[in-house]
Amino acid sequence: MKWTDYEKAESVEEAVRLLAAGGGSARALAGGTDLLPKARGGVFETNLIVDVKGIPELNVLSYDAGKGLTLGAAVPCYKIYADADVKANYPGIMDAATLIGGIQIQGRASIGGNLCNSGPSADSIPVLIALGATANIEGPDGSRQVAVEDFCTGPSKNVLKTGELLVSLSIPAPAANSGARYLRFIPRNEMDIAVVGVGVSVELDNGNFKSARLALAAVGPTPLFVKAVGAALAGKPANDETIAAAGQIAKGAATPITDMRGTIEYRKHLCDVLTRRALSTAVNRAKGGE
Amino acid sequence: MSSKTHVQTRINGEDVEFLCEPRQSLLECLRDVLGLTGTKEGCNDGNCGACTVNMDGRIVDSCLVLGVEAEGAEITTIEGVASADGLHPIQQAFLENAGLQCGICTPGFIISSKALLEAEPEPTEGRIRLWLAGNLCRCTGYDKIVRAVTDASEKMASA
Repeated sequence: MKWTDYEKAESVEEAVRLLAAGGGSARALAGGTDLLPKARGGVFETNLIVDVKGIPELNVLSYDAGKGLTLGAAVPCYKIYADADVKANYPGIMDAATLIGGIQIQGRASIGGNLCNSGPSADSIPVLIALGATANIEGPDGSRQVAVEDFCTGPSKNVLKTGELLVSLSIPAPAANSGARYLRFIPRNEMDIAVVGVGVSVELDNGNFKSARLALAAVGPTPLFVKAVGAALAGKPANDETIAAAGQIAKGAATPITDMRGTIEYRKHLCDVLTRRALSTAVNRAKGGE
Repeated sequence: MSSKTHVQTRINGEDVEFLCEPRQSLLECLRDVLGLTGTKEGCNDGNCGACTVNMDGRIVDSCLVLGVEAEGAEITTIEGVASADGLHPIQQAFLENAGLQCGICTPGFIISSKALLEAEPEPTEGRIRLWLAGNLCRCTGYDKIVRAVTDASEKMASA
């Protein structure tokens, strides 16, 4: 590791100032579970680590039935899945937060960090997209909001400009009769990177899909928002036939590569299977089930 | 400019001060600066759990924490698990159930198991395997470790 300096920022303003002054070589540190191995492994060079996890705005975890969930970018997974409001209202976020890494990783890693790391296989991003989450960003030129589906621009690349900091995520309150699910396939039981991941959220109305959003992990250079699934399901009955059709749409939208985790064909097949399973669970949850 | 940073922390119940470079991990600080070599280095990238320590009540991979982040923290390493009276019941259970062979992973497993039993005194086998998924062992095949944790749980409940 080549970096030489560490600063603990006390405020968003201070963090933005430090990150901007450091140019492209300053990096924000929250849980560090992706940042430190990358810095150590020479994936990027940095001369300044700005520790942002002590900043109050990055530690917010608050729910309002009207505004939804505000999730500070540095809140570690264990605090997210221990939160009563998250448990009660965001089963899809529970799915993701409880399966990122192991207990040690969950003690440090944040969903905000998972988003900023911008891995195509990131476990929390598909469900954030499915839930319509927005990234709240502060930078030298002020604040802006970016929909999570527009945040990642390539493997480990995103819309953050030099000096910009992800402060929090805003996740809308769940509608009545809605449900969400994140599901991934890994060959082990725990502690692995998704071969394919699927995040979905659905809203039902008298047995029909009122709306649906689906995003895929690990089948393209970024997490992939598959708008066509929502268009195909809206207004249709929530049954095996429509869910099977959604599986085919997801399979068709995926643009995976062949690598050590799976082949193109295998991953596309998984898109179909996991989409069907995730939608079925989300529908069940929308009806009040598990 | 590369200067050393002064860090004040608590390790195994004692106030500790040390100097480290900002790039040094907590693992490096424990082992190379403070001589607390009970915490082991395995993969050094957060996969194996050999370097697990308890920091402010949570288990963490100390290779994924910077030494400077220990400022003001409360840390427990394997050196802080046994008491003057003898081994901790979890350590005793690992010995009695042959929950170790080469021993490199053992400090991490003990720290993780201790945190589990403090959070959930009577975990199921499934919960034990889930909690210990971040600790890799290449010798035992895990069954003996799971049995050791179950045994410790029962002995601690009846103690």
